[in-house]
Amino acid sequence: MFKIVSEPIEIESLKTTLEDAQAGACVTFEGWVRNHNEGKPVQALDYEAYPELAETEGNRILAEARERFALQTIVCVHRTGALQIGDLAVWVAVTAAHRGGAFDGCRYVIDEVKARVPIWKKEHYADGASEWINCATRGAGAEISKKV
Amino acid sequence: MKLQIQYFALLREQRGLSDETLETTAATPTELYEELGAQYAFTLPADRVRAAVNGEFVAADAKLKTGDTVVFIPPVAGG
Repeated sequence: MFKIVSEPIEIESLKTTLEDAQAGACVTFEGWVRNHNEGKPVQALDYEAYPELAETEGNRILAEARERFALQTIVCVHRTGALQIGDLAVWVAVTAAHRGGAFDGCRYVIDEVKARVPIWKKEHYADGASEWINCATRGAGAEISKKV
Repeated sequence: MKLQIQYFALLREQRGLSDETLETTAATPTELYEELGAQYAFTLPADRVRAAVNGEFVAADAKLKTGDTVVFIPPVAGG
């Protein structure tokens, strides 16, 4: 299940969807809002998504992970809206019979979500400026995001 | 032809709107993006933006048809 939510992510209730007698491993990833990026102090973030396509593409990524690794259950939830430092922005949970598949599957899901799912992040800096990440059109940021 | 456009993130701010219906002669997403970009001074060049039509990613040179909903996808940054 891949979901975009506008409210805080409730890990405890999501965890109950993972219970599975066949699973011997559960790997989870939490993406948190941190207080700096590329040397600049960050005060807050806004996340925005194109929800219909984000859920289509997100579920496609989960299906790919299921094909590549021997997994039981995969859950990925990404939050949108105004987030503060320390808030949970994204949660991935993968269960599998064995730990190898669970680690690899979790890594695959978060890497692909970051690269492909239509979600955007606007950073608000201590000096009052703000910026949509990866959308710079000059300087090193533009060169890096062009290659992605 | 008549198209629906939805805007997100940087493009929503630069257009000043979340969605609109417009008449265009643009045949492809790239032509449409160039047309809108010239009108509203979009800063991202066309080759940095992906296109989606009716909720699915499409090629930049896909043929648009009347009634389509078009979304331009700036570089993503989830996680």
